[in-house]
Amino acid sequence: MDILNALVTLANFVLVPALAYGSQLAIGALGVTLIYGILRFSNFAHGDTMAFGTMVTVLVTWGLQAAGVSLGPLPTALLAMPVGIAATALLVLGTDRIVYRFYREQKAKPVILVIVSMGVMFVMNGLVRFIIGPNDQNFTDGERFIISARDFKNMTGLEEGLAIKTSQGITVVTAIIVVALLFWFLNRTRTGKSMRAYSDNEDLALLSGINPERVVAVTWIIVAALATVAGVLYGIDKSFKPFTYFQLLLPIFAAAIVGGLGSPLGAIAGGFVIAFSEVTITYAWKKVAAYMLPESLAPDGLMQMLAVDYKFAVSFVILVIVLLFRPTGLFKGKSV
Amino acid sequence: MNESIKTTALFALVALLIIGTGLFQSWNAALGILNMGLISAVMALGVNLQWGFAGLFNVGVMGFVALGGLATVLISMPPVPEAWAAGGLRIWAALGLGAATLAIVIMVRKKMAEGLPRAALTAVLLIGGFVLYRSMFDPARDAIEAVNPALQGYLGGMNLPVLLAWPAGGLLAAGAAWVIGKTALGLRSDYLAIATLGIAEIIIAIMKNEDWLARGVKNINGLPRPLPYEIDLQADPAFVERAASFGLDPVTASTLYVKAGYGLLFAAVLLVILFLMQRSLHSPWGRMMRAIRDNEVAARAMGKDVTKRHLQIFILGSAICGIAGAMMTTLDGQLTPSSYQPLRFTFLIWVMVIVGGSGNNFGAILGGFIIWFLWVQVEPFGRWLMELITSGMEPGSTLRDHLLASAAHMRLLSMGLIMLLMLRFSPRGLLPEK
Repeated sequence: MDILNALVTLANFVLVPALAYGSQLAIGALGVTLIYGILRFSNFAHGDTMAFGTMVTVLVTWGLQAAGVSLGPLPTALLAMPVGIAATALLVLGTDRIVYRFYREQKAKPVILVIVSMGVMFVMNGLVRFIIGPNDQNFTDGERFIISARDFKNMTGLEEGLAIKTSQGITVVTAIIVVALLFWFLNRTRTGKSMRAYSDNEDLALLSGINPERVVAVTWIIVAALATVAGVLYGIDKSFKPFTYFQLLLPIFAAAIVGGLGSPLGAIAGGFVIAFSEVTITYAWKKVAAYMLPESLAPDGLMQMLAVDYKFAVSFVILVIVLLFRPTGLFKGKSV
Repeated sequence: MNESIKTTALFALVALLIIGTGLFQSWNAALGILNMGLISAVMALGVNLQWGFAGLFNVGVMGFVALGGLATVLISMPPVPEAWAAGGLRIWAALGLGAATLAIVIMVRKKMAEGLPRAALTAVLLIGGFVLYRSMFDPARDAIEAVNPALQGYLGGMNLPVLLAWPAGGLLAAGAAWVIGKTALGLRSDYLAIATLGIAEIIIAIMKNEDWLARGVKNINGLPRPLPYEIDLQADPAFVERAASFGLDPVTASTLYVKAGYGLLFAAVLLVILFLMQRSLHSPWGRMMRAIRDNEVAARAMGKDVTKRHLQIFILGSAICGIAGAMMTTLDGQLTPSSYQPLRFTFLIWVMVIVGGSGNNFGAILGGFIIWFLWVQVEPFGRWLMELITSGMEPGSTLRDHLLASAAHMRLLSMGLIMLLMLRFSPRGLLPEK
């Protein structure tokens, strides 16, 4: 019984949240890694692209809510998400046309593109704050829990409850669908194959008649979709605040680099590695230990390795360790 | 146009902008912009040293600036004897133990051959050291933070003159840069960028959470000042008399006097750093740095130790940022860790260097002044613009209120636009590298 209670506690506070957070990071990191693979630079504006997509979704959601449209138990934001994706796609395509294309034609060094993306980051950040303001926005509705802690306790008769939030369930399901679609696209369709060819060897791809501008445009559209989905999922699960999205840049990049920049599979693995380490290291293990250990050995302290505010330190340390011991990431990424 | 004429003209423009602020807004505002402009120029010089001279992509400026601020507290505040008695020595012993554990681990990894025994010993040492460290650290921290938590609850500083904090801020930042450089340098440019971005966040997280060090988010107010307080000046009859002879009321005169005093101090620091940087730029060392920046492989082939030179310049540039951070906290008179935002303290400095002209020290300084001026003045300008746009709308409409309230966020938008336009049409900046 104690072991079951310990497992349920563990699942409730570590496994389920980390699974949801990891899915969000993985989708975010997929966007970063695709940009890196095709356009060959680290996009610092990715966090703010996520914020923009989420913002549009939030605004549309509010409109739908005001009009009385709802998805029943599911959050209305899912209905608004396609609009967010479309708006973000237009934004990044416009940005590419006005800003990035010039440097691509010049064959500018990757680091110049990174600096340019810093400028884009400023503009997008300003845009989001200008439209929706810098404050926390709540846009979640529908059923809050799939299983609440109380129901779980009644069902199983255990002392500990396992709560699964709707947002967590939706996150994981959406992540699976998105990743499956993306891999199907990259591996099975002609456009996807041309993207991979372009990423592997630009010159060879050009020689075989692949239109680079088309590849780039498709990449941006996919990235816009991934960024918006990741942003909306994070927003439903926690809340929408522009600055938090900017800060997500660090774990997302850590995930992409840990997995190996340019490798989609790596981005997913990296997302979960970062999420699980963040949650396990900042979780107070006292309760689990109390179930697992005999009473005489029960710990006095919280058994928390690091305060929650140090979660950035966790992604960072993992990043450094991986870079020191396996510079191309877990899955072999590319280096420009 | 001649190089030096262009430089003079642009700096004259900056002077004109600041004097204009004095004439049309207030001299207090003008001196405020001048002081922060000087500090921004020092920060921009630090980034210019790393990026312009050596091509190091450091986006962790905020962390080093914050460390400079921390140094101000550690140097100038009076110590808290009760807190030291409660756990001061224990906490430093715990930190020493933590550092020793890491040192031993690094030594073990260097001495022992690769394999299972080494991995096992590393793990045992790390876990054992961590448990031991926490068992010493936690009670000491709790004891310190329990001492008069409303006002103190931290160890305090060394009660030394606050001006000493400026070099100390540089040293603290340099020390941190050494540790970071040892691990992160040698990574590819964009990996280094992400690593420094992360380190800056960690430094801020430490300053927010370690209350025993500098009260964390409870902030420290009333830092000692190198200049007299306005109140004391206003109470001084000799000062009031002299102010009256200039036709100023005592309150305005005292604030102007203090701000001008800070301006002189900051200008002195800026000139010293500029002199040193100009000398190093035109020395064999500076030429070597640019050679490494432009072609690392060739420089390595010529027998230059690229990694060591990178470490050196990373430390020097970060130290300059630390000095600027200490100066800023001295000017503010308080340390508020939550006010450190990456957009303001890292990326804005980058805009300054890019706009001014990376690789050119005068360019970096110019960028520091111009961008700071815009950063301050875009807000009133944005409000004015919004009022103009919304003047046709009926008062009280939601859109009008929203636009007026959002005017403050024009800043980031305009900084981004300025940066993108510069990168596109004048990528080498206002004053390009020669």
